[in-house]
Amino acid sequence: MGSSHSMPEEIQELADKTGFTLEQIEHLHRRFKQISGDQPTLRKESFDRIPDLEFNPIRSKIVRAFFDKRNLRQAPDGLADEINFEDFLTIMSYFRPIEMNMDEEQLDHFRKEKLKFLFHMYDSDNDGKITLQEYRKVVEELLSRNPHLEKESARSIADGAMMEAASICVGQMVGPLWVV
Amino acid sequence: MQAKGSRAPSLRALPFLFIVAALLGLLPLLHSHGLQPNPMLASEPPHHYPAVISGSEPGDFTAAPHDVSQEIRPLPNRTSPGHVKYRKAFPVLGIDYTHVRIPFEISLWILLACLMKLGFHVIPSVSNIVPESCLLIVVGLLVGGLIKGVGESPPILKSDIFFLFLLPPIILDAGYFLPLRQFTENLGTILIFAVVGTLWNAFFLGGLMYAVCQISGTGLSHIGLLANLLFGSIISAVDPVAVLAVFEEIHINELLHILVFGESLLNDAVTVVLYHLFEEFANFEQVTVTDIILGFLSFFVVSLGGVFVGVIYGVIAAFTSRFTSHIRVIEPLFVFLYSYMAYLSAELFHLSGIMALIASGVVMRPYVEANISHKSHTTIKYFLKMWSSVSETLIFIFLGVSTVAGQHYWNWTFIISTLIFCLIARVLGVLGLTWFINKFRIVKLTPKDQFIIAYGGLRGAIAFSLGYLLDYEHFGMRDMFLTAIITVIFFTVFVQGMTIRPLVDLLAVKKKQETKRSINEEIHTQFLDHLLTGIEDICGHYGHHHWKDKLNRFNKKYVKKCLIAGERSKEPQLIAFYHKMEMKQAIELVESGGLGKIPSAISTVSMQNINPKALPVKRILPALSKNKEEEIRKILRNNLQKTRQRLRSYNRHTLVADPYEEAWNQMLLRRQKARQLEQKINNYLTVPAHKLDSPTMSRARIGSDPLAYEPKSDSGNLPIITIDPASPQSPESVDLVNEELKGTSCLPPSPEEDEEGLVMHVMEPSSPGTDNVFTPGASDSPSNQRMMRCLSDPGPQPEPEEGEPFIPKGK
Repeated sequence: MGSSHSMPEEIQELADKTGFTLEQIEHLHRRFKQISGDQPTLRKESFDRIPDLEFNPIRSKIVRAFFDKRNLRQAPDGLADEINFEDFLTIMSYFRPIEMNMDEEQLDHFRKEKLKFLFHMYDSDNDGKITLQEYRKVVEELLSRNPHLEKESARSIADGAMMEAASICVGQMVGPLWVV
Repeated sequence: MQAKGSRAPSLRALPFLFIVAALLGLLPLLHSHGLQPNPMLASEPPHHYPAVISGSEPGDFTAAPHDVSQEIRPLPNRTSPGHVKYRKAFPVLGIDYTHVRIPFEISLWILLACLMKLGFHVIPSVSNIVPESCLLIVVGLLVGGLIKGVGESPPILKSDIFFLFLLPPIILDAGYFLPLRQFTENLGTILIFAVVGTLWNAFFLGGLMYAVCQISGTGLSHIGLLANLLFGSIISAVDPVAVLAVFEEIHINELLHILVFGESLLNDAVTVVLYHLFEEFANFEQVTVTDIILGFLSFFVVSLGGVFVGVIYGVIAAFTSRFTSHIRVIEPLFVFLYSYMAYLSAELFHLSGIMALIASGVVMRPYVEANISHKSHTTIKYFLKMWSSVSETLIFIFLGVSTVAGQHYWNWTFIISTLIFCLIARVLGVLGLTWFINKFRIVKLTPKDQFIIAYGGLRGAIAFSLGYLLDYEHFGMRDMFLTAIITVIFFTVFVQGMTIRPLVDLLAVKKKQETKRSINEEIHTQFLDHLLTGIEDICGHYGHHHWKDKLNRFNKKYVKKCLIAGERSKEPQLIAFYHKMEMKQAIELVESGGLGKIPSAISTVSMQNINPKALPVKRILPALSKNKEEEIRKILRNNLQKTRQRLRSYNRHTLVADPYEEAWNQMLLRRQKARQLEQKINNYLTVPAHKLDSPTMSRARIGSDPLAYEPKSDSGNLPIITIDPASPQSPESVDLVNEELKGTSCLPPSPEEDEEGLVMHVMEPSSPGTDNVFTPGASDSPSNQRMMRCLSDPGPQPEPEEGEPFIPKGK
């Protein structure tokens, strides 16, 4: 490694803050260096270095999620231009598996954080709501790799999904949609 | 109900199976009793065989058995023309079995194999409990028993036939359709299991068996260490045929499947080396260190050499396919022949044929598929699956027959200890190796996975054939070895094969996803899949990125240019297809007197008509009918990308549906229906078509139908949906049928209309903040939708400000 981040106390701080183990942080740091090309920060363009990501239909959303200030817990909306390793870890910490030693409250909080992350990905205009238009965009992106389906069908599917959501939600306690 | 249904087919199938079996039993009867050379042939006037007579030698009796005519050729020589000894009637009907004997018997065996396969699918109840391979072995036993009962000696699975004809199709099928991504990602693990695991098995087993043989009182002390080691190496190899046969029925997740299957493929190199090594060494008095080092070297030569040969043939095949654009018909043949040549060339040099075959399939596939026509691709797929299916069936049947046919020597100690030690060796090997491998894997192998890997180590026909190759001279105990091998094979295939499915269920190993989900769940799940895959890619989940990137760049820059012809790729085909469709649609429209602007209609019509299935939004009420939900689910399933996250099972025998053909057929159907509907509509029309409907009119119509539901507000944090009523179509959309329906009710259409097939609903938001989704009545009937589809202007769509607010309260 041999970077400024290799100070043990800093790593310990990061470990406490994000919940990763030291080994995991080291691994992620290596990866961070590889993606950023040995720079201290990542920009959106750095993600072009990952060729596998090209085939991912929701690539733009994923990359955007890294720079979303809401996920970085910095501001209620807006996009950051670049992120450092700590921000990278913060985003990655959303994907940590649930551990056995968590209590109910922690578990609940953890789940909510994950859901919020997902929600932010759907909500592209940062207004705290997912509109039909945004939902359509999501479905379009998901289906974008398939040359058969036109945008129209994607829209129809999104609309159908909304209808279904409405039918489930009407007059009920809601939750099922977002619990996967 | 089930019983009745299944009894009928089984009743039908049984006598039919017996007939086939009896037929086979009769065959050797025919052969052995030997048909007398037809006396009628002798009486034929000599001038019918002028060329034959002059060319043959008298006394040419030892020619091939089907040359019956040779035997009698001398006779006509002695008789002068016209001086016939005796006259018989002209042969109207005669039998000459020996002439067609070999092809006839081969065809009959293959036919038996196929009929068996058919039979098992007709009687599904049995095949649910017992895997097909077991059933086939039982059939083989029965047939063998039958033949023996008749008094003939049943054919044994000769090693030549097995290795040269029966094994290659299966391996080629597996190699050509190898899921490359999983394979390369787990390559390290697979290699360790294959190489180290097999070595461990061989030596552990060989050593222990030697120890057992040394125990006095068993009568086995004459078997030396080398013989035991040889035996160990033969039996320790996991067999790809057996693994494939059993695993694909249990729908295990891809990771485990590729681990066990990959191991079974790659351990061929080890098996080949060890086998030849010990076979040679058994002749030596002393084994020196040099010999051991040479053996070690030969492992690398065999495996890498095999891969090298395969790669060369693969590249040549890819290069050849570049030029086949003018003779599409023989494209599949190139693929098969080059692969087979790779296999044979490798076997020629005692290299690993299996690895050559796999390497050639893997290398040639991406380039060949870019070059060959669509139909050739389908042909290759079908033929490979066909051959491998038949091969596999034949192998298992012959295993059964050979069991009955072979000479056996049963020695309780040897065989039982072999069995026990095999299992122990496998379990220990897997446990030990996994412990080691998990240090380097990011995705660890859980104990459940380890159990399945250990339990899935099936032995099969390769072990049997290798054992059969041993000669009596050096290995007097060959019969005992063969018996032991067969016992182990039977045990693994029957016991392990049958119990693995309930065990998998019991352990709740992750299986193929079968559950039905709502549309939203599908979308979200897919979204999550992609998200997780993306994050995996970002955080370097599997590692090895450096080399993968390099390889990809090399591939793109140099290799693809050489091996792929011109700019040929799938895309132009697709676009050409669509253009053809468009032209035809346009002509259709004009011919049927379709209304509206035709030029703009073309693109929307064509594109929409090609959709394999489409989602109709028909009801006012926010609930989709069950059928439509199904259709939507199907679309989502089929069209949303398959990601790594999805633990899809890998099944060799299913062919993926061809999207183009499907689309074409759908399109044809639709065209027919559209034509019919056009006729109907033309009858109903009372007003001349005017395309514009004022939004106000429609809105007024709809306004009486409030669609807003106020959901109960619950404890915060959970998203709630509110739906506002929408106002409908764009001004440009047609309302011929709107006019019609205005008179009638605004209720959703009758269910009969659903049978019109799936119809697409065009969403053209006319003004900001509105949407067509919840428009009742007018947009429901398929005819209206078709008209709208035909005639709507695919102009720029205004962005709605606030669509359908999906308001999460309290977020």
